[in-house]
Amino acid sequence: MPMTNEVRDAAAARPDEIAAPALVLDRVSRLYGSFVALREVSVTLAAGSSVVMLGENGAGKSTLLKLIAGLTSPSYGTVSVFGESPDDQRGRIAYMSHATMLYDELTGLENLTYFGSLHTEGVGRAELEVQAATALREVGLDPEVGSLRARRVGEYSQGMRQRASLARVLLSEPDLLLLDEPFSNLDVGSAQRMIERLLAYVAEPSRSGLARTLLLTTHQAQLAQPLAQSTLTLSQGRLVSLIETGGL
Amino acid sequence: MNYAQHVLTHLRKDLRLEWRTKDSINGMLFFALLVVVVLAIAFDPASYPTMTRQISGGLLWVALLFAAMTALNQSWARETNNHVLDAHRLSAAPASALFVGKALANFLFVTAVEVVLAPIFTVFYNLHPLGETWKLLIILPLGTWALVVNGTFFAALSLRSRNRETLLPLVLLPISIPALLAMIQATTSVLTGEFEPTLWIKVLVAYVVVFTTACVLLFQTILAAD
Repeated sequence: MPMTNEVRDAAAARPDEIAAPALVLDRVSRLYGSFVALREVSVTLAAGSSVVMLGENGAGKSTLLKLIAGLTSPSYGTVSVFGESPDDQRGRIAYMSHATMLYDELTGLENLTYFGSLHTEGVGRAELEVQAATALREVGLDPEVGSLRARRVGEYSQGMRQRASLARVLLSEPDLLLLDEPFSNLDVGSAQRMIERLLAYVAEPSRSGLARTLLLTTHQAQLAQPLAQSTLTLSQGRLVSLIETGGL
Repeated sequence: MNYAQHVLTHLRKDLRLEWRTKDSINGMLFFALLVVVVLAIAFDPASYPTMTRQISGGLLWVALLFAAMTALNQSWARETNNHVLDAHRLSAAPASALFVGKALANFLFVTAVEVVLAPIFTVFYNLHPLGETWKLLIILPLGTWALVVNGTFFAALSLRSRNRETLLPLVLLPISIPALLAMIQATTSVLTGEFEPTLWIKVLVAYVVVFTTACVLLFQTILAAD
């Protein structure tokens, strides 16, 4: 599918950033058997973009995020993250899906210390625990409060699991953050705190000095509006629009 | 973090998970004991000491092989719950460190079962080894590693299959035949004292080196598969 006018306009609006795109999808299609989940999607996002992706159930939002994360391959077309294949950018991309990607049998602190150790170089175990505790505290799961230090993730409520999952992805300090419906199980207050945390996160430069890029899917467009520098809309696997919406 | 530290991190995590759930060890132990006891009842080892020595090596390793298989699928099931494996795929840590850490954890679990099983096996089968018993200290760890390194790899390979419980033995058993032959012959030689186990130990070492290298090199491809 050729780029829509809106896509072209959004790209043309920031020519300096297009020179170093965080993400380029070139006529990407993804088929599952005969079902077309994505159909010739082309889009370019500059580093530092914060994009909210909208679309009905089955529009292809999660598939698109998985393609960008490198967890699945396109049937046709190419995906490029920071100029390379997503597989070559391991460690720079973080993806929060519907699943927590945490071990139910470990506590939040143990989970984050473990995953943190996979992403950091030359950091001691004590320092890792401090970083993990800070990440949990920032999403309202302070391990020093109440029984949280000993409580396993399997015993968390759905909302707590979602926040722990967010803490996991933020701990790895990615250049490209992909969030699949991060507010779906949260009450309004928790969702608001998550948005504030994400706004602060996107505002900081990453370890590599690049502006951080955020792409999230949601059905709660109003709620995510502060994060929506641009809004990308998918419908039935097609890119309908990518328009600037003035968030951040 | 260097490679060894990554391996240790994964190993520590697997040991902690097993300590909390006891899924692998309990299942393996129960299965192995069941096989040993049932076979001891099926034929009377005390009446046929020579025959018992000749077949005990085979019985021990077959019991351990089947018991280990119950744990191998379980070890990867932990990684697929909550899609944790996807987090590993996105991490910058070397993928093979995850494999080595898990294989080491499985090795320790099977070894723990062996430690419990060995005295029970000796009593039930009234075994008095006639060869050099100390050589079992080489044969048992080598044989165990041969089982778990392939088992861990092929359990990961069959992860995305709908019939993974069936697929693992179908793939693992044929490929383990050379190792099984070597470990059974070497164990039998120690128990009977009829021949030297050196050749079979060498075969086992070669098998372990070849398959460990292949599994470590190929694991990244397995992990990245759609």
